[in-house]
This record gives sequence, C-alpha cells and structure tokens, in this order.
Amino acid sequence: MLAQQLFNGLVVGSIYALFALGFTLMFGVLGVVNLTHGFYLSIGAFVALYATQHGVAIWLALPLAALASGVIAIVVDGLLLTPLRRAKASELASLMVTLGATLLLYSIANAALSTDIRRFPPGVIDGSAIDLAGVRVTLTQCLIVASAAGLVAALLWLMNGSRLGMGLRALAERPDTAALMGVNAGALVRLVSLISGGLAGACGVLIGLNYNAIQPYMGEVMMLKGFAVIILGGLGDIRGALVAGLIVGLLETLTAGYVASSVKDGVGFALLVLTLWIRPSGLFGRIAVKRA
Amino acid sequence: MSEPLLSVSGLTLGYDAATQAVTGVSLEVREGTVVTLIGANGAGKTTILRGLSGLLHPRAGTVRFRGQDIAGLPAHRIAALGVVQVPEGRQVFANMTIAENLRMGAWLLKDAAEEARRRDLVLARFPRLAERLGQQAGLLSGGEQQMLAMGRAMMANPRMLLLDEPSMGLAPLFVEEIFRIVAELKKEGRTILLVEQNAQAALDIADHAYVLQSGRIELSGPAGEIARNEKVVAAYLGG
Repeated sequence: MLAQQLFNGLVVGSIYALFALGFTLMFGVLGVVNLTHGFYLSIGAFVALYATQHGVAIWLALPLAALASGVIAIVVDGLLLTPLRRAKASELASLMVTLGATLLLYSIANAALSTDIRRFPPGVIDGSAIDLAGVRVTLTQCLIVASAAGLVAALLWLMNGSRLGMGLRALAERPDTAALMGVNAGALVRLVSLISGGLAGACGVLIGLNYNAIQPYMGEVMMLKGFAVIILGGLGDIRGALVAGLIVGLLETLTAGYVASSVKDGVGFALLVLTLWIRPSGLFGRIAVKRA
Repeated sequence: MSEPLLSVSGLTLGYDAATQAVTGVSLEVREGTVVTLIGANGAGKTTILRGLSGLLHPRAGTVRFRGQDIAGLPAHRIAALGVVQVPEGRQVFANMTIAENLRMGAWLLKDAAEEARRRDLVLARFPRLAERLGQQAGLLSGGEQQMLAMGRAMMANPRMLLLDEPSMGLAPLFVEEIFRIVAELKKEGRTILLVEQNAQAALDIADHAYVLQSGRIELSGPAGEIARNEKVVAAYLGG
C-alpha cells in the first residue's frame, strides 16, 4: 500500500517537475514570470489529441505537440515579452502582461473548443498495468517518470555543461554585456521559449494520457499548482523544480491516501505559504536576483 | 591618407524622448592609435561609447567602421565586426568563473585551438587571473575585475577596443597597472578609444584627444597640445 502510494506520488511529482522546469527556465534566464505557461500545456494536450484522432501514433504526437507549444511560446514571447525586455521593464510587468494574455487565450480556447472533457482514442497507448513487487505500474507512468528524469538531466547539462548554457547564464546575468561579447539575445530568447513551451506541451500530453481527460483549462489548474512548486523550489532553479515537484507530488498522494483526498489539493498551497514565510527564496533559490 | 578605422559624424544620442545626451558628435580613430575622450562627469562620454557599440541606437548621425555604416546595428553584430567594448564598472559575469568569463569573450570564435592560444596570451598578460581560473568572478577585487574585463575583451581579438573608465574606483596601484597595460596594447599596435576621468593619465598615453562638454565636442587635437591647452588645464588637469 505504502509502496503504491509512493510510486503514485513519484508520478504526480514528475508531472509537476516537468511543468515547473520550463517555467523556471524562463524565469531563470529571462527574468520573466510567464503565466501563459499553463496555456502551452493545454495546447500540447490538444495537438496530441487531434493528431492521435487522425491516426498519428502517440510516439510521434508527443514530440509534435511539444514542438507546437514551443512555437506558440516563441510567438507569444515575441509579441508580448520582447518589447518589455527592450524597455527593461520589471518582472512585475511581465506578470501583468502574461496574466492578461492568459485570460484572453483561455477565453478564445474556451469559445473554440468548449470545456467538454475529451479523451484520447482508445488504445492510443497500452493501458494495461504490470505488477512490480506489489506495485501497479502502467506504461504511461513509466513514460512520465522517465521523461522527467531525462529532461532534468538534459537541462542541467545544457545550463552547466555546455557552451550554449554558458551563453544563457551570461545573458541571464548581464544582457547588455553578453551582447557586447557577440551573444545574439534574440536567438537565445527564442531557444529558451521553444524549450520552455515544449516542456509544457509535453507535460500536457503526459497528463492527458495519465488521467485520460483533456480540456482547455487543464493548464490553468496546473499553473496554480506549478506556481506553488516553483516557489518552493526557488524561482529559476532547475534542481529546485525537480525536488519541489517531487515533494509536492509525494505529499499530495500521501495526504490523499492517509488523510483525505479532499484536502490533497491544499498541500501545495500550504507549502507555498510556508515557504514564503520561512524561506522566501525557496529551497535552492538565490533571493534578490540582481538585474540593474 | 587612408580612411580612418572609425569615423563618426553628427552622432546624436539620448535615453528618452525629452533629453538629448549627446549632440552632433564627430570624431575619428585611425588604425593603431589611441584616442581619448575626456570630459566631466555626465558630459556624455559613456553615452558615446554605448552608441558606438550598439547598446544605444543613435538618433542621428553615421558611424563608419572600416567603411561600413554600423549606426543602428544591434550590439552583437557590431561585436562580430571587431568593435569590443569594456563597459564602465567592469560588468564581469559575477556568478560565473574566471575561466568562463574569458570563454565568453571568445563567444563568436568557434575554433577551440585559437581560443586556447588567445587564453594563454591573456593569462600571460594578467598572471593574477591564471592563478584563480576556477573562482567566481564576483569574488575578485575591483582591480582584478577590471583586468578580467579587459582580458575578456582581448579574447575577442578586437580590431578596436572601446575602454570605458578603466581606472574608475581603483586603488592607485591598480590604476598604474591598468595604464601600463593600455600602453602595452598601444605598443602592440592595437586601436583604442579610451574614455577616462583621469584626464592626465589619458592624455599622457593618447595620440589624439577630444574634449567633451555637455554632450558636444568642445575641443580636439593631438593629445600633447590638448594637455597644454589653458582651458583644459584649468578644468580637467587641476591647474
């Protein structure tokens, strides 16, 4: 029983981590609090839904959905956030602008798609569970955990082990000076948007598969939860996104299993309040992020 | 005489719609010379350098570098042409190591062997950096950060170096060291546009000087003549 709870918690935590990764990357490199991040998740889920409904295999639909979300993230960033960056506006400005954009995007999605819950075509992925030492494990769950682990490792390598990551860190710390070194900020910003939006899109597909329920507002639910995860982990920190995602996922699942499932959704927000109270910079965060 | 490496004409710059920081500035920098821009605090020296490096887009005027008009190009494109600015206040990447800061200087260089060669040259010039390659740049003293910022710029092997107040806020020993390095770079034939508040030291080292006042060029000429000009002596050289 406990082993099953822990595994379920690991799966939920991996979903949170995947979602938080892209958001935190965006903040860490570009100093942007991007509330449209949740919308990219919904987009990803719907792209995969339509693709699979038209006979595309899920293995192809998943990267396709990630790409679509990433491209939309580039467009949104170019329209809304690049002008703010050029004007050297504060982080609060990005929050306000993306809040407005989010409301608009969801109303459009709502009008176009309705809030009906959709499901992937049956048999889109093998739904049978195998028994692993008393723990029920599905293929989707394995996919989620493996994606989270793999993508965190890849992002950590990108940021700390590659030349490109060095440029991203330089851009994060001193955009003007990075430009003087020849760093093309526009290209790197598009790359960060692509990765960040892509991660959200992939996360949307995985959530859709895991719960077999897709609707336009699914990203908004995740955005609230994801925000708690990101604050707990420390805004802008990749390890923090992973660790905090797992903590929230595990605590939620254990709460649902041993206390009551009705209080489960409060866990993340209780942690959010606690974090802001005790350690506002989060588990890994550096508070008072410079920036002239 | 051949065309100067850099020739600026009618350059006008400002930070917001209401104010104009620099008005109609014209200047020339010939290859292999050191040109200095002196003037009081707020005269617009830094603004001009930002305009040349592309951090600030000119409102009017032309900036010709090797015959090409670069006014209005984004900063990373200007850097790629070989105009490299060492910004005021060092602006090292404090959260990155010294080695990474130097690698950033060679961002546009895709040749690892050439990068290693340049790094050896920089470290020979700044031995203090060599001992501490793995350290965070933010832990360095002001003088060491200035050396790192200059070393970082040298990693780009610039055709033209824009030095913004390299001696500002440094201990006297470091000030001496920085000017010794500028003299060394000059001897090697580098082209440098030097902005300085330490007018005496700047005029000693430069071939040509421009005196800036309230965003306009007030006076220009060979550095030796400028250093003897009565107005300059009274205003900037503590005469």
